[in-house]
Amino acid sequence: MTYELYIHVPFCLRRCGYCDFNTYTATDLGEGASRSNFAQMAIREMHILKRWQLEHGIEEPPISTIFFGGGTPTTLAAEDLVALVKAAGDIWGIEDGAEITTEANPDTVDESYVATLKDGGFTRISFGMQSAVPHVLHTLDRTHTPENVSEHVADAQRVGLEVSVDLIYGTPGESVEDWRVSVETALALDVNHISAYALSLEPTTKMGRQVRRGELPAPDDDDEASKYEIADRLFSARGLHWYEISNWAKPGFESRHNLGYWRNVDWAAIGPGAHSHYAQTEGRHLHGEGAATQDAEECFGIRAWDIAFPRVWAHQLNQDALPWKDTERIDRTANIEETVMLGLRLREGLPLSRIEEVAASTPEPAVLRRLCDEGLIEEPSSVIVPTLRGRLLNDALISRVLDSVAY
Amino acid sequence: MSEPNNQAGFTDQSLIRNFCIIAHIDHGKSTVADRILQLSGIVSDREMRDRFLDRMDIEQERGITIKSQAVRVPWTLDGQEYTLGMIDTPGHVDFTYEVSRALAACEGAVLLVDATQGIEAQTLSNLYMAIEHDLTIIPVLNKIDLPSAETEKHAEEIAGLIGCDVSDVLRVSGKTGEGVEQLLNRIVEEIPAPSGDASAPARALIFDSVYDSYRGIVTYIRMVDGELKSREKIRMMGLSTVHDPIELGVISPDMVPTKALGAGEVGYVITGVKDVGQSKVGDTITAENRRADEPLPGYRDPKPMVYAGLFPVDNAQFPDLRDALDKLKLNDAALIYEPETSVALGFGFRCGFLGLLHMEIVAERLSREFDLDLISTAPNVTYDVTMEDGSLHHVNNPSEFPEGKVKRIVEPVVAADIITPKEFIGAVMELCQDHRGQMGTMEYISTERVEMHYTMPLAEIVFDFFDQLKSRTKGYASLDYHESGEQSADLVKVDILIQGEKVDAFSAVVHRDKAYAYGVMMTKKLRELIPRQQFEIPIQAAIGSRIIARETIRALRKDVLAKCYGGDITRKRKLLEKQKAGKKRMKMLGRVEVPQEAFIAALSTDDSTDRDTKDKIRAAAKKEN
Repeated sequence: MTYELYIHVPFCLRRCGYCDFNTYTATDLGEGASRSNFAQMAIREMHILKRWQLEHGIEEPPISTIFFGGGTPTTLAAEDLVALVKAAGDIWGIEDGAEITTEANPDTVDESYVATLKDGGFTRISFGMQSAVPHVLHTLDRTHTPENVSEHVADAQRVGLEVSVDLIYGTPGESVEDWRVSVETALALDVNHISAYALSLEPTTKMGRQVRRGELPAPDDDDEASKYEIADRLFSARGLHWYEISNWAKPGFESRHNLGYWRNVDWAAIGPGAHSHYAQTEGRHLHGEGAATQDAEECFGIRAWDIAFPRVWAHQLNQDALPWKDTERIDRTANIEETVMLGLRLREGLPLSRIEEVAASTPEPAVLRRLCDEGLIEEPSSVIVPTLRGRLLNDALISRVLDSVAY
Repeated sequence: MSEPNNQAGFTDQSLIRNFCIIAHIDHGKSTVADRILQLSGIVSDREMRDRFLDRMDIEQERGITIKSQAVRVPWTLDGQEYTLGMIDTPGHVDFTYEVSRALAACEGAVLLVDATQGIEAQTLSNLYMAIEHDLTIIPVLNKIDLPSAETEKHAEEIAGLIGCDVSDVLRVSGKTGEGVEQLLNRIVEEIPAPSGDASAPARALIFDSVYDSYRGIVTYIRMVDGELKSREKIRMMGLSTVHDPIELGVISPDMVPTKALGAGEVGYVITGVKDVGQSKVGDTITAENRRADEPLPGYRDPKPMVYAGLFPVDNAQFPDLRDALDKLKLNDAALIYEPETSVALGFGFRCGFLGLLHMEIVAERLSREFDLDLISTAPNVTYDVTMEDGSLHHVNNPSEFPEGKVKRIVEPVVAADIITPKEFIGAVMELCQDHRGQMGTMEYISTERVEMHYTMPLAEIVFDFFDQLKSRTKGYASLDYHESGEQSADLVKVDILIQGEKVDAFSAVVHRDKAYAYGVMMTKKLRELIPRQQFEIPIQAAIGSRIIARETIRALRKDVLAKCYGGDITRKRKLLEKQKAGKKRMKMLGRVEVPQEAFIAALSTDDSTDRDTKDKIRAAAKKEN
């Protein structure tokens, strides 16, 4: 069994026009939810959560990975991040060789910052590079320059942190050539891990409104497909192979934390809006929140998520209460859907045995044959592995596989 | 409430006044009728419910009276009690025949016109029909309480139309009740009493026939000659059937059984027949033991003018659709239907309707009262196709249009009357020309408005004419039409092919000159409505084997590539579930998934023609020539 910890830091120096994440630019949001004492509040949540786990018969092994996301976790003092890792270790224990990652904005770190992280047990840092092209960065409202990315990546590599960079493709106004430049620039950083995401346009964001008003062109699916293919080709050529739809790494440098999400492990989540998950495993009897059901057999796990607004979140903590907004019981149907939808994102693929386990049936060989003939999956074996086309048309693939399983 | 003295079956004809109200939808007929019931005392203020006469939901919501009703209203003038028979008439062009029978049951008509809008084409056509029936017309302007009422202007218009003095036009407000008492007085004073032969064998005109779930078929009649007694057998002269009346009575305003109905009276008869087809509007009832020699004139079978296929979205609902149509038919003799199979839409019914409104009402009742989710194909008319080999085909479904060498195609033609403010004359002329209209005469009905007369193929009207007329005249023009023979025309069938497969539901019979426009418009619409799929989808329009327009839906290269981390999983799963539910609403045409919405939108005719479409039509036509 694997147990991971996710910590959400809901602060940013400024809000980017495309972003709809739960993040705030103010430093003090009231009720003690401020940037300066965020770590203290988050540690309080860890204690309350541990108490809840004990009350509900959930005993977790030591933490295998910790991931700080946001927002911009590096808007906190490096000492705060380190203190959070230490607190988690005190409460749950941390496995030897655990992967401990923070996301970082190239604007917010310097050499001493990354050195402090490294000394505090961090192993990885993931920079939000997004693009290497100034006009694209400008459209994305990013304040960093291509130069300070390479500088900070070098700093992190020098202190011994593994480095990943994030890229975004499909930004309005980004040409195919612009994208190629970004990909090449990222590769030139000599990192072992790169994530690349299609810009997803959320209607409630500033960029969403600009596109709606016609001030920016809408992202185009075909353009994004071409850019994905370019990235996949260039990354592979340099030894970074895809291991999930949006993630490429040299062998052994995959993000173990993120793989946990797609492999359906347990993870606890700390911080406003963060999502936790506890799988129903043998010998465990999930009950209480979310699992409330007459028929315990029908519960295949629970998800819980924290109150998103930091002030309300902090208020709950001040009342010594678990700051959950809601919980969800995963029933049999949801479990099948999640298993298929997550497994088909991965290079390691979706084992037929895993489908059998959750759905009590597997797709007919003829169905797999057809999916293969249509170029969506690799030659059928005991595992369903999406091809490049199957990654691009992943939703279609997921629904075809689900349709073929009686559930 | 006061009990009337004049008893049904024993009321002297000289004390009877039978009238109807001619009005356009929304001109306030029901409100005025309600006021009349209230003033006469047969409905107390407490019992008064708005729009008393309109019983069906749809009618109430749309402000349309589909089925006429007949109420016996007592009214005392100068100490003498009179019996008024108020016959409510349908207000729409589709129900012209029913209107004509209602008019035939009256000696007078109240012409009710909205003082804010003036007279509309359909009202005018009903007015002319009333004048042809020699009815006495009492002109009335309603809604005079509204600030936007232009009472003088419209009074002059009406006076000009019926040749009366402006001061003869009564001003009323159904809302406040102002003027309604004077209206009732004038009905007594001006409308002639019936003049049938009270001692002759009985003859009663059926002017309406309604299915009631408790009573079965209720047949509304106007006694012309003689009398009917509740214990004597009656005969339907047109159908040659004999029935024992279960009940004879009058409506006042509820059903009141009586022993007899005498000459001049309006009432109802219940015979126990199960559907309105057994008791047809326009037929004559006589007494079986003392039969009349001749039926009253004017009987005819309702004839469907417009056809469309109705298909359940979920094919499993086909039996439910059949049951629902069977039930509607009880109340609607004009509705006809037969099973139809479409490759694209599955099992359904090809239905015949009196017109577009009739079709809309049926479709709406099916969905509302029977909870059916339906797709309706584009409406079409009936064609008589003669082939070179001499065979004759009666086509009311484009997919049955015969293949091979056609010698002659005959289509139905209507006479269309359009009333429009004069500034839109040019726009209306252009629209009519576009729709193969032949202009007849045009006359000014006032200094502001003209009535234009056109002869036009019915097919042009059922396609998209009315919506365009409304939009080109900012909603001011009104339209009335009636059958006016047939003509031969150069028509072709245009098929739509998706991935090379003909989709029967989209086939249309159009004039050769319009084939390109239809093909281009339809292929473009479908390109926009069918979502991209994993493969390229050609969409073509063809006449026979000749392709006249083509669009391509490019293959989908990428669906969603969103991130999917811990916090995204629930949302992503819900999205998948939503897509799955959406798929249930997809029709498979070969390998192509077509959303129901595509059928509904593609078959709707509200399309405005953009520049790109026009260019493509021109290009397609040029290539041909």
